[in-house]
Amino acid sequence: MIRVEHLTKVFDDKVVLEDITCTFEKGKTNLIIGQSGSGKTVLLKSIVGLIEPTEGDVYYGDVNFTRLSFTEKKDIRKKIGMLFQGAALFDSATVEENVMFPLHMFTDMSDEEKRERANFCLKRVNVVNANHLYPAEISGGMKKRVALARAIVLNPDYLFCDEPNSGLDPQTSILIDQLIKEITEEFQTVTIVNTHDMNSVMGIGEKILFIHEGRKVWEGNNKEILSSDNEILNKFVFANQMAMELKKARGNK
Amino acid sequence: MWAMGNLLYQLGSYILLLGKVFSKPEKKRIYYRQFLQELNNIGISSLGIVLIISLFMGSVVTLQTAYNTESPFLPKYLIGLGCRDSMILEFSSTMIALFMAGKAGSNIASELGTMRITEQIDALEIMGINSASFLILPKIVASLFFFPLLTIISIITGIFGGWLSVVVTGVIPVPDFNYGLQYAFNPFFVTYTLIKSTIFAFIISSISSYYGYTVEGGALEVGRASTKAVVYSSINVLLFNVILTQLLLS
Ligand SMILES: Nc1ncnc2c1ncn2[C@@H]1O[C@H](COP(=O)(O)OP(=O)(O)OP(=O)(O)O)[C@@H](O)[C@H]1O
Ligand SMILES: [Mg+2]
Repeated sequence: MIRVEHLTKVFDDKVVLEDITCTFEKGKTNLIIGQSGSGKTVLLKSIVGLIEPTEGDVYYGDVNFTRLSFTEKKDIRKKIGMLFQGAALFDSATVEENVMFPLHMFTDMSDEEKRERANFCLKRVNVVNANHLYPAEISGGMKKRVALARAIVLNPDYLFCDEPNSGLDPQTSILIDQLIKEITEEFQTVTIVNTHDMNSVMGIGEKILFIHEGRKVWEGNNKEILSSDNEILNKFVFANQMAMELKKARGNK
Repeated sequence: MWAMGNLLYQLGSYILLLGKVFSKPEKKRIYYRQFLQELNNIGISSLGIVLIISLFMGSVVTLQTAYNTESPFLPKYLIGLGCRDSMILEFSSTMIALFMAGKAGSNIASELGTMRITEQIDALEIMGINSASFLILPKIVASLFFFPLLTIISIITGIFGGWLSVVVTGVIPVPDFNYGLQYAFNPFFVTYTLIKSTIFAFIISSISSYYGYTVEGGALEVGRASTKAVVYSSINVLLFNVILTQLLLS
């Protein structure tokens, strides 16, 4: 379980996150949703320690991660798989090498085993016949998927995905969402997904945190989200036609 | 006052970064692979151009000395000596270092800067890897290894260039030139130039890495960092050239 307590982040004079408190459970897909610029990425990066919170703490289990030294953080980080919003694949390495990289760094597998494991993960994210291409040679959506393969290659305890399916077609999006859910259940990971895609929200939102202008506005799950009477949340949700239809359909039952 | 403070701040964070770079490597074998790659990026790719520059500089230095000393009182062999010593003492370490500050320096800074702004460095950090050490150490070690080698190669090529220009133009008799090449040779000059090039290697690779690694923002800032890397590397090369010369030759 990951616990965020009273987290505040101020850049220069700009308050980007304000007093966020929440928990993310094991074996469930936890979503952070909100408009573009609401602070989702900053929150996720604060949770993994890439951004130093101005105030507040992040607990991994009972360990106060924020207070750990660089070396102590390392032990937790080895159990983290993260998919960045821009994929962050290594430009100088091929698709296959990118996915094999964590294996090189942290396992004693033979090259054959590493390749096998990497290809297994690549297949899971539906990337085939691209092993020897460089990131510059594949599409944006494909980069995301390769990055997801890299994030799960070590069977992490914590899986963080920053907009895993922005830039993907609806079909692939669903596939990626399902994959994230599967992995979460199979390996009982603590999974946090940033998204503003209502399809994902309805599809895999077992626990949802809605943030608006850096503040937590609503918390719940995909069953409750459509019937919430929070105005800001409704604006966000029903800006999406798809969700509107869903609500109608529900109303007609 | 502000500029001074800024300079001190940069020096401080440069030293802190070096502290991170020189902490214990996690997986030696991977570092070795990175090192070989950097050897190629930084060193081998510069070999051709260094050969060409050295060849031309060697010949132009020789011709200029020859045409400026057409005096019956000066022995002709001094031209050979002049070519040899100017290559060894100054050209093959300092000039090549300045050239490498432009080529390798901007290359290092833009590579690291791009990795920074596209979150590749964050991706390494998140895996629990010391990204500074992982990315920068191989660059520094490869430079320390290759710069002295480039210097030796440049000396040999430069002297050959000088010799060739004498052969082609006949400005002085070739035997005189050859005699000058061997006249009053001081082996310490070679040691001196190798010490210089090693220190220049460190200056260029570490300063350029610093500016690249600490980029914040976007592509524009990467370009700026790359320029800064070249400027500050060059200034420091020239500064340390003076300091080292005073220390080693006085
Ligand atoms: N390093 C930084 N320095 C200053 N301000 C920042 C920095 N990083 C983010 N911000 C600001 O924080 C706010 C939240 O940004 P964030 O990237 O978290 O949004 P987001 O919810 O992830 O949006 P999107 O859905 O577009 O990815 C933005 O207003 C942004 O300008
Ligand atoms: Mg974001």
